[in-house]
Amino acid sequence: MSTTLTSKHRSTLRGGHLPKWSPLAIIAGSVAAGLGISAAAGLHSSIQWALIAAVVFVVATYGIAAKVEGRRQAKDRIATSLIWVAFLLAVIPLASLVWETVKRGVKVFDVYFLTHSMGVVADTEPGGGIYHAIIGTLEQVGLASLIAVPIGVLTAIYLVEYGKGKLAKAITFFVDVMTGIPSIVAGLFILSFWILILDMGYSGFAGSLALSILMMPVVVRSTEEMLKLVPNELREASLALGVPKWRTILKVVLPTSIGGITTGVMLAVARITGETAPMLLLVWGTNFINNNPFEGPQASLPLYIYQQYANSSGANAAYDRAWAAALALIAFVMILNLVARGIARWKAPSQH
Amino acid sequence: MAKRIDVSGLSAYYGSHKAIDDISMTIEPRTVTAFIGPSGCGKSTFLRTLNRMHEVTPGGRVEGKVLLDDEDLYGAGVDPVSVRREVGMVFQRPNPFPTMSIFDNVAAGLRLNGNYRKNELNDIVEKSLKGANLWNEVKDRLNKPGSGLSGGQQQRLCIARAIAVEPKVLLMDEPCSALDPISTLAIEDLIGELKERFTIVIVTHNMQQAARVSDRTAFFNLAAVGQPGKLIEIDDTERIFSNPSVQATEDYISGRFG
Ligand SMILES: Nc1ncnc2c1ncn2[C@@H]1O[C@H](COP(=O)(O)OP(=O)(O)OP(=O)(O)O)[C@@H](O)[C@H]1O
Ligand SMILES: [Mg+2]
Repeated sequence: MSTTLTSKHRSTLRGGHLPKWSPLAIIAGSVAAGLGISAAAGLHSSIQWALIAAVVFVVATYGIAAKVEGRRQAKDRIATSLIWVAFLLAVIPLASLVWETVKRGVKVFDVYFLTHSMGVVADTEPGGGIYHAIIGTLEQVGLASLIAVPIGVLTAIYLVEYGKGKLAKAITFFVDVMTGIPSIVAGLFILSFWILILDMGYSGFAGSLALSILMMPVVVRSTEEMLKLVPNELREASLALGVPKWRTILKVVLPTSIGGITTGVMLAVARITGETAPMLLLVWGTNFINNNPFEGPQASLPLYIYQQYANSSGANAAYDRAWAAALALIAFVMILNLVARGIARWKAPSQH
Repeated sequence: MAKRIDVSGLSAYYGSHKAIDDISMTIEPRTVTAFIGPSGCGKSTFLRTLNRMHEVTPGGRVEGKVLLDDEDLYGAGVDPVSVRREVGMVFQRPNPFPTMSIFDNVAAGLRLNGNYRKNELNDIVEKSLKGANLWNEVKDRLNKPGSGLSGGQQQRLCIARAIAVEPKVLLMDEPCSALDPISTLAIEDLIGELKERFTIVIVTHNMQQAARVSDRTAFFNLAAVGQPGKLIEIDDTERIFSNPSVQATEDYISGRFG
């Protein structure tokens, strides 16, 4: 009796199931459909057939899943496939950018390129390198960090640990405003203040000042978030031992959050390394090695890329150098990110 | 070593909300005093006024007097930092410093305050861990992080950390509420030993625990939600649990309400 019942009624717990390979099959089908429709309609752009394929994929997934598995599972599958489509849309430009840069950059990217300047090479000739630009970028970014990191971290400590009332609100507001300052405006500000009013002359340091303006709010924001993650219980535990507040911050709060703070600082450094506009106004650019950031024009990687493009009237040698310098810039930022991740993992409070 | 606490007319506020109202009591040195009462009646708040941790909470404010052997904790010119060195605290949830090893956790109070001699440190850490009944379990892994211990071990680590700075008074806010019966017993035994040296105040929701460990018991209650908590009575533990002088106490202890 009971066996006939179970076999007649569908189980409420186990509905129909699409096999594991079904998404792949639907993808293959929709790509074929996209290509077929494009061919029939005489469309040539790969973007068009990809879009058609994506739409077909989403609709087909919903239709098939709704038939076999029911409406709720179909919605679940639709959400999953939309996320995958969005992910692909986000990754494709990034991947193609990296691919293009590597492809064009490796042509002249070698040890010679990294260790020589443009001092004796005309912009239109092959040869030369980015040594002077690397020196410039390292010094400018280093000085900017020396200025922005202490101020930014101390500001964040003030806001999280001490700040209440009007002053803290005002600082938070100004940090928010600073976050939105376009880099060219920061450059113009330093230009008028440092070079025109104080009459200091173009230098790498002038560029560092502008970069530090751009860097500071990023450091404040990320450090603030990290400090807020430190549980209040740890602060109270330390205070209850009779430890003064400043020592509690120094010895308990900061060590607990140092990994996250370093990551934030590294990301801020990565962000300002590619700034071009303030460099154009303040550092001026040069083809020669200038190790002194406080005197005379310097080069920098983003500036170098721009100048190779702008000053060479289309010579292939200059374009190759620009791409290779772009590759160096991306590699530098990538390394910074990896180091930041490494530090975060290494410094994270561990369980073992 | 241990000191007497004398509270008179103490009220505490969170902003404009009055959490406890006009509390007075005396706590004798080398005794264990238990605070019991329904949730939200201000036991933790009152405990935290005894080492000036209440004012760490934003908006926290205190009125009244707390005398520690005749010295008013809230008197003019009293440094809350030195108060907290005399009156230590163990929290409800174990909170070892996650960046420090077991050894460093116990040494933290001394190190962070900077008043110790290097060659003493090992002895003090060992003595404190033994005092907290933890030494045998951790003596082979003093350099491992404190957060790698079990909950009960972490709580005993926090007790070791608190007694390493040799306070005169030890405040414990529900130290066993997250622990299994065995760890709880270990900590109760520990309280019995620590009372030889310290004045101990413990908040607990566990009546049996209050009856087991304490010499005196204080019962707190609040008239209604949103009203400030009040001290209903404080008496010898035996009396509170056998023959309290206030009906509300008896109702609470025997589980009758309303
Ligand atoms: N940080 C805070 N800010 C505002 N009000 C608070 C804060 N902490 C506690 N209170 C209030 O103070 C009153 C007393 O709280 P307290 O934590 O002292 O109670 P308790 O007796 O310890 O309760 P429990 O037994 O649940 O721990 C409660 O009404 C609570 O809402
Ligand atoms: Mg409490």
